[in-house]
Amino acid sequence: MIEKTPILNFFTHLILLGGLAVAFVPMWLVFVAATLTLTEINSPPISVIPGVHLLENLTEAWTRAGLGPKLLNSLAMAVAVAGGKVILSSITAFGIVFFRFPGRMVAFWMIFITLMLPLEVRIVPTYAVAANALWPFQAIIDVLGITNLYESLTGVRIAMEWNLLNSFTGLVLPLVATATGTFLYRQFFMTIPDELFEASRMDGAGPIRFFREILLPLSTTNMVALFTIMFLYAWNQYLWPLLITTDRANFGTAVMALRSLIPTTGDSTGGGTPDWNVAMAGCLIVITPPLIVVAAMQRFFIRGLIASDK
Amino acid sequence: MADISLRQVRKFYGKTQVTHDVSLDIPSGEFVVILGPSGCGKSTLLRMIAGLEDITSGEIAIGGRVVNDLEPRARGCAMVFQNYALYPHMTVAENIGYALKVAGVSKAERAARIAKVAATIGLADYLDRKPAQLSGGQRQRVAMGRAMIREPQVFLFDEPLSNLDAKLRVQMRIEIRKLHNRLGATSVFVTHDQIEAMTLADRLVVMNGGHVEQVGTPAEIYRTPASRFVASFIGSPPMNLMPGVVSGPNEISVGDMRVATRPHGLVQGREVTLGIRPEDIAQGGGACDMEVEFSEELGAARLYHGHIAGEDFILQIGAATGPVPARVRFDLPQEALHLFDRTTGLRLPG
Repeated sequence: MIEKTPILNFFTHLILLGGLAVAFVPMWLVFVAATLTLTEINSPPISVIPGVHLLENLTEAWTRAGLGPKLLNSLAMAVAVAGGKVILSSITAFGIVFFRFPGRMVAFWMIFITLMLPLEVRIVPTYAVAANALWPFQAIIDVLGITNLYESLTGVRIAMEWNLLNSFTGLVLPLVATATGTFLYRQFFMTIPDELFEASRMDGAGPIRFFREILLPLSTTNMVALFTIMFLYAWNQYLWPLLITTDRANFGTAVMALRSLIPTTGDSTGGGTPDWNVAMAGCLIVITPPLIVVAAMQRFFIRGLIASDK
Repeated sequence: MADISLRQVRKFYGKTQVTHDVSLDIPSGEFVVILGPSGCGKSTLLRMIAGLEDITSGEIAIGGRVVNDLEPRARGCAMVFQNYALYPHMTVAENIGYALKVAGVSKAERAARIAKVAATIGLADYLDRKPAQLSGGQRQRVAMGRAMIREPQVFLFDEPLSNLDAKLRVQMRIEIRKLHNRLGATSVFVTHDQIEAMTLADRLVVMNGGHVEQVGTPAEIYRTPASRFVASFIGSPPMNLMPGVVSGPNEISVGDMRVATRPHGLVQGREVTLGIRPEDIAQGGGACDMEVEFSEELGAARLYHGHIAGEDFILQIGAATGPVPARVRFDLPQEALHLFDRTTGLRLPG
């Protein structure tokens, strides 16, 4: 804003506070619920004053949902997805922006249209591929008749299989392969003046060197932003992990584990106890790591925005 | 040090031809300035020498070695870019030393050479700063230091002064020339600023529309421009050009005015362009007469603007005081006249 008057200030603050309330009240209710006992939470009206049972609820949620290993799984998965995403998208954007090769725009648009096909839309084919990651190649050689030819020549039938179900790779890879990051990096790389690339060529640096020593350091802010976004995205995944991991004990994630705390479906007896206090305590635990990541990364965001050495 | 030789260098962007059969020999150690209006292909020519652009046909040799297919790094050239193109995340020292780092020079030697270069360009106290913390002139110096450190055989400058303010530009111009005199490497400097070109060059290459119009020392080009384009492009204020017709063995008529020239040997009735520099006109009495429509005071000189034979005409006189006269009388001295063919624009003898 250019204008600064007391009245305007008052209203801007009012709007900000209103927004804060909308965002914060549900969080507060979750927190309050996590501090009450089962009886307190089930007696109306809704309490807005925290109780004193936070620790025992947290412990209960932790043990009942087995959150320890689940959090580790989630963390490993989110870091792998975010890291993989940063690597994959910086490399693909580098190829698309800095090299002139036939089919460059085709490649870009192929990547770009996957933006319109999020995992949820293509979940069935993705599952099919995850069940056998080599299936597309098998299909190609089947169609080309290579399989039959090879069988008639040698008597051996080619059958390729690489099953990703119930594996860490299967959990991570399909989430890594999306276009958002490539697009973000492309936009950033296009702001880099050509002369910088040319100067590095004159200095004798090849493309890989230019990428590593000039582009990557310049894109730190970008990298942090993408990492944070993708970390949250991966951490919050529910449908995909649910689908691909049947071995919940080994590969279950924290978000999936929350489900076992929800009263109605909680245990095998059906029904279950309506102990929302424990479920909310579980929520508190599960949202903490992403909060820490955002809080930690925010410092770099802001530093990147202030520094004018572009 | 190395000489540069261009043989019929052509460049096409798709179907557009950017340079037409450019041939040029630059002896070792010479400071050559390529001058021309924007879009004349001068920067492209420089970038082709650097190896940043491919050439469509022809041959470029540096130090007797054909470099058509060599990568920029193998050509022994260093380049100073218009926007400096400094690496924003590196300090001054890292910027200057990057080429050595890439070449795998040891850290100690690198530091020694960076210090030496930094002393030469007067940035020894700024080695730990980032480019963003430097002024325009200092960034320019870093860009030069980065070019110097490799001790290249050839320096290429792509309008390096155009982003500086007027005062700094003059200062850096002098520094560049001093540096050239000290290092003695062959330098090719591209600019659209004729003052820069005239003051820096050992030899000047004037380009227009992808063609080389004239090659020569600044004085030669000023005194005997090879074409109408060169005549109008070099010199400030620009040369007066008037349409004329040959009306005698040593006479040309311009409108209803008859101008005496040296014997030119042209046939009667041939259409020519007559040129004279505003500063070569003898003022105070004479055959010609012009209404002063507008005058410009430059302090050391005064310019009178008017029309002769329907064309804009500028007359420059020395420092003058007093009011601007309504009309001036002047003479066109024979020895200061330039004759050009009306259709081809090429210089005619006489």
